[in-house]
Amino acid sequence: MSFFSLVKKEIKELLTPSTILPMIITVFLFVALGNAFGNIAEEVEKKQDIGLINCDNGIFSDIAVQEIEKFANIKYEGKDEGEIDKVLNEFKDKIICIIFIPSNFSENIDSSKQAEIKIYWLVKGLGLGDIVSSAFFDNVFATISNKISSEIIEKNGINSTNVLLPLAKREITILKNNEIEGISPQMLSNFLYSQSVTIPIVMMIIIMMSGGMVISSMGMEKENKTLETLLTLPIRRSEIVVGKITGSAVVGLMMATIYMIGFGYYINSFQASSQIKLADYGLNLSGYDYLLIALSVFLALTSALAMCVVLGVFAKNYKSAQTLTLPLSMLALIPMFLIMFKDFETMPALLKIILFIIPFSHPMMASRFLLFNNYFMVIAGIAYVAIFSIIFMLIAVKIFNTDKLITGTIRK
Amino acid sequence: MHAVDVKNLVKRYGKIEAVKGVTFHVDEGEIFGLIGPNGAGKTTIIRIISTLLKITEGSVNVFGYDINRDANEIRKLISYLPEEAGAYKNLTGREYLRFISSFFDGNDLVERGVEIANLGKRIDDKIETYSKGMTRRLLVARALMNKPKLAILDEPTAGLDVINAQEVRRIIKESVREGVTVLLSSHNMLEVEFLCDRIVLIDSGRIVEEGEPLKLKEKYDARNIEEVFVKVIG
Repeated sequence: MSFFSLVKKEIKELLTPSTILPMIITVFLFVALGNAFGNIAEEVEKKQDIGLINCDNGIFSDIAVQEIEKFANIKYEGKDEGEIDKVLNEFKDKIICIIFIPSNFSENIDSSKQAEIKIYWLVKGLGLGDIVSSAFFDNVFATISNKISSEIIEKNGINSTNVLLPLAKREITILKNNEIEGISPQMLSNFLYSQSVTIPIVMMIIIMMSGGMVISSMGMEKENKTLETLLTLPIRRSEIVVGKITGSAVVGLMMATIYMIGFGYYINSFQASSQIKLADYGLNLSGYDYLLIALSVFLALTSALAMCVVLGVFAKNYKSAQTLTLPLSMLALIPMFLIMFKDFETMPALLKIILFIIPFSHPMMASRFLLFNNYFMVIAGIAYVAIFSIIFMLIAVKIFNTDKLITGTIRK
Repeated sequence: MHAVDVKNLVKRYGKIEAVKGVTFHVDEGEIFGLIGPNGAGKTTIIRIISTLLKITEGSVNVFGYDINRDANEIRKLISYLPEEAGAYKNLTGREYLRFISSFFDGNDLVERGVEIANLGKRIDDKIETYSKGMTRRLLVARALMNKPKLAILDEPTAGLDVINAQEVRRIIKESVREGVTVLLSSHNMLEVEFLCDRIVLIDSGRIVEEGEPLKLKEKYDARNIEEVFVKVIG
C-alpha cells in the first residue's frame, strides 16, 4: 500500500503545469510542422489547376495536351496568344501557371528543330510552400518529351522502347548474406528508415524524459525539504528507490508517448505512402522478436532511471537537477547518432565497444539485429543491460543508506 | 526500558567532530529537550536518533532497538519533524496526510491529522498556497496523527508567530497526554522551560548540564533556563 502511495505521490508531484505545458507546446509544434510538410507533399502530388493556350493544330501539340490533362486540371483553354494577358488577370488566383504552346510547335518538331513550350508561373509568395508547385511541370515536361520522342521514332518504323530504353537494370543488394532482389541500397535505406532514425530518436526521447523526471524528483525532494521526512518513514530504502523509479518511469513514458505521437506525425509527413513490404524480402520481425525488443527497451529504461537516482543524489534543488541530466543526455545522444549513420558491424572496434557499454544503445540496435536474425547480439545486450541496471540499483540503495543524501558526503 | 538510550555518542564529519561523546536517556511519556545554541550539535543528535545519519562511535537504542541494526524497526515507532521541513506542494493538505498515513497502521489517521492541523476548509487547498504557519501546523499534525511512540521534533515552533507557536505547543502537550514520548530540540529556552520535563544543555557537541528545568533554575539561582545556560557556559 505504502509503495503504491509513493508511486502515486511521485506521479502527482511530477505532473505539474510546468512539466505538461512545454510538452503540449512541443507536440503542437511537431503536428503543425508535420501538417505543413504534409501539405507541401500533397500539393506536389495533386492535380494542379492551370490555364492552357494552344496555338498549334499539329499532332505533337495534341500529344502534349493529352499528357497535360493527365497531370493538371485545365481551368481555361484558349487558342490565341493574345488571351494570355486576359487569363493572367482573370485567373491569377485560381491557377498556378499558364502553359503556352506556340503555333509552330509541331512544325518545328517535324523539321527536326527544337520545339518550345512556354510556361508562365503565377508565384504567390517566396515561402517553401508557395514555390513547390513548379515541381509539377518537371514531370509533365519529361512525359511530353518522352511521348513525342516515341512518336518520332515509331514514325521511322523503329521500336521506340529499344531506342529510349536500350538498357534494363536488375539490382541485387547483398546485405549480411541476404540477397535482396530489385532493391538498391538507397531504397533499402529508405525502407529501413524507422530502424535507422526513428527508433534511436524515440529511445533517446524516452530515456531523457524519464531520466530527467527521476533527477528532478530528487532535486524537488531536497528543494522542498521533504526528503528527510520521507527517509524516516517506515519504508525500506530500496522501496523508495524503486518507487521513485516507477513513478518517474510512468510519467516519463507518458510524456515520451505523447512526444512520439507528435514526432511520428512529423516524420510520417515526409514518408512516401507506397512502401515495399519488407516481409516480401524475408526482412520482418516475429512476435518473439518484438518481445525481445520490448524487453530491451524496458531494461534500458530501468538502467537509465537507476543511473539517474544515483545522479539525483547530487542534485541540490530542481535547478541543479536539470544540469545533472547532461551526462544522461550525452549517453543517449552518442548511440543515437552512431546508429543513425553506421551499422554496428561496420564500425571500428573501439566504437563497437563504446556502443556496447552504453546501455541505451541496445534497444536502438535490437530491431536491426533481429531483422537479420542476429539473436546473439540482442540477447547479450539484454543480459548486459540487466546486470548494469541491477548494479546501479544496488548503488542507489547503498547511497540511500548512507549520510550522503543529508550531508552531501558519503560515510559508512 | 528507556524510550531513547544514547551512550558515548560521537559523530564526525571528516575532521569536524560535531558530537563529542554524548550520553543521555529519554524516559517513556516525557517531553525531553535538547537545548543549545545554533551549531551545538542538537540537529545532528536528532538526525541520528531519527535514523537519518550513521553514528561514528557509541550506541543509540530506541525502545530497545539498536540504531545500526534495527533502523527499519525504529522507523515504525518514531515520527520526525525536521526544523526546515516542507511538504509536497502539489498535494492538498488532506492528500499529504493521506499519503503519510498510508505508511502506518491504524484507523482514522487522516481525520485525526485534519483535526490536529485545524486548517478548516483550507485542508483541501494545495499546500503551495499555505502560509508558513499553516504548513508547520500541517507538518506537526503529520508527525503526531499516528500517535508515534516517539515524536522527534527539531525546533517545532521555528519561524512561527506567537499564536501559531502556542497552538503547536498545545498540540505537543496534548499528544504526550495520549502516550507519545517527545524528544525535541530548541534554542528557545522559554519554550523549553514551558514544555519539557527534563532537558540537557548542549554546547559545542558536549552535554554541559542536565536535569529538570525547575531544579536547574534552583541549582543556578536563575530566573529562567536562559540564565541557567549563560551561567553554565560561563
